[in-house]
Amino acid sequence: MGLDRAAQCLPAATRTSRWDPGAVRRDFPALQQEVRDAPLAYLDNAATTQKPQAVIESIARYYRKDNANVHRAVHLLSARATAAYEGARAKVAQFLNARSAAEIVFLRGTTEAINLVANGLGLQAEEEVVLTHMEHHANIVPWQLQQARSGATLRVLPISPRGELELEALQGLLNARTRLVTVSHVSNVLGTVNPIRALVNIAHERGIPVLVDGAQAVPHLEVDLQALDCDFYCLSGHKLFGPTGIGVLYGKAERLGVLPPYQGGGEMIRRVSFEGTKFADPPQRFEAGTPHIAGAVGLGAAIDYLQGLGRAAAAEHEQDLLRYAAERLREVPGLRVIGESPDKVAVVSFVMEGVHAHDIGTVLDHKGVAVRAGHHCAMPLMDFYGVPATVRASFAFYNTREEVDRLVEGLHLAREMLA
Amino acid sequence: MSDELTDLYQELILDHSRHPHNFRTIDDPSHMVDAHNPLCGDMLTLYLRIEEGRVVDASFEGRGCAISMASASMLTDQVKGCSLEEAADLFETMHHLLTGTGSPEPTDLGELGALAGVRHYPMRVKCATLSWHALKAALTEGEPQKVTTE
Repeated sequence: MGLDRAAQCLPAATRTSRWDPGAVRRDFPALQQEVRDAPLAYLDNAATTQKPQAVIESIARYYRKDNANVHRAVHLLSARATAAYEGARAKVAQFLNARSAAEIVFLRGTTEAINLVANGLGLQAEEEVVLTHMEHHANIVPWQLQQARSGATLRVLPISPRGELELEALQGLLNARTRLVTVSHVSNVLGTVNPIRALVNIAHERGIPVLVDGAQAVPHLEVDLQALDCDFYCLSGHKLFGPTGIGVLYGKAERLGVLPPYQGGGEMIRRVSFEGTKFADPPQRFEAGTPHIAGAVGLGAAIDYLQGLGRAAAAEHEQDLLRYAAERLREVPGLRVIGESPDKVAVVSFVMEGVHAHDIGTVLDHKGVAVRAGHHCAMPLMDFYGVPATVRASFAFYNTREEVDRLVEGLHLAREMLA
Repeated sequence: MSDELTDLYQELILDHSRHPHNFRTIDDPSHMVDAHNPLCGDMLTLYLRIEEGRVVDASFEGRGCAISMASASMLTDQVKGCSLEEAADLFETMHHLLTGTGSPEPTDLGELGALAGVRHYPMRVKCATLSWHALKAALTEGEPQKVTTE
């Protein structure tokens, strides 16, 4: 796994200076507020991240100055809007180390990206798709819809009690009828970093493509798509410090090239007549209608911001928070952490003996600590652990050890009040 | 500690959630409704035995947060002995109380008034209303005997 991880995450970049969350926090206006008479401790980053001023400003600036439709008119504003939109595409391609910007499709988010591929595969009754027991509903339900339409079979790769994929079981699930393996890069509940490269190798030996749900990975890891060698990769801008409503489907050129259009309309055509329509090549083929231009601009600004921070130092700080949180949570009686892989991002799910996750969430909210309580859109995973819901604290590089302390204090209070 | 928090989690509510009343099945119930809150995973089954237009027994089973369990426990206490009309009125009153759309004095309601604190927690109202929606479904002819609050 160590080697595999090295292939997924580029080596430490430039910055070696000490991480200063105080300075970073000043870039995020939403973190400057008090809630319930306490400074906001925002520990719900796996649901969505806060936005730096640079992202907010990029969107405002786009609407103030450059707003026009893209790829259409000959006037200057349209040229500027097109340059901004396509510039964002190029930034995403470079950020993920795709071979070309043409492999980057802008969509609403990870969910839409997975739906696009699920629809486009044209599954047949005798065919099969392999997914895993730790998937988010966004990587389950689109396949079930296709299963209902086609009669195709879904096979589920099991996980261990520690919350890791049983990769050795994959071989036995693959056969000549397998069309795709679909897997999350990082579990939104467990925080587990899955061994994507190893999984891709197993699937590719049999010529089977792999889709990776990267929504929870890109905020924490440096993702190199050419090193991962997966065929599709999906992400959401809003989990990456960018705006909501914008996301990315990456597909290898040869994979996107054979997918049919997802929606019809303007922008995705080469020529239309009533006798028939010739579709544009990817990525335009999959971007019918006016796209979310401002969203793409904001996502580009988020990538610029992240690259300016020094991602290696940010990741190191997050790992420190994860270690510290794991240690402090052990002090809380009756608390059980769900997801114990040694290879995790800074996401911690847990349950407390005798106290329901929602009640814990409300008590923490009263202390200004924002966490998620619920099934995290991963009900099969909740069933696996035999719990109806968990509390999840998910960290970003702007969180602090003090916020971990406040989380732990709140948990002691919840236990005193409710257990 | 915040008053609103202690108001929400007052002893009466905690007692009901830790030791729910009528937490059992009814053999041969006249009504049985499954209720589920898909947002948080709370699920319960409400059982009623209605004879000659009167609720003669009420019980529930399920799992969920303190608020949903306490609310269901109190509901089963209160609805026992009610005529169908009284039970329907009770639903209306509680719905207004919990959603903050009416202003009945909590003191008029006895123990049920303790649930009024949930009004300050918009994200938790559905926990408190879950069992009440199950009651309404049971009382309403032709309603599906499966309810969800979303």
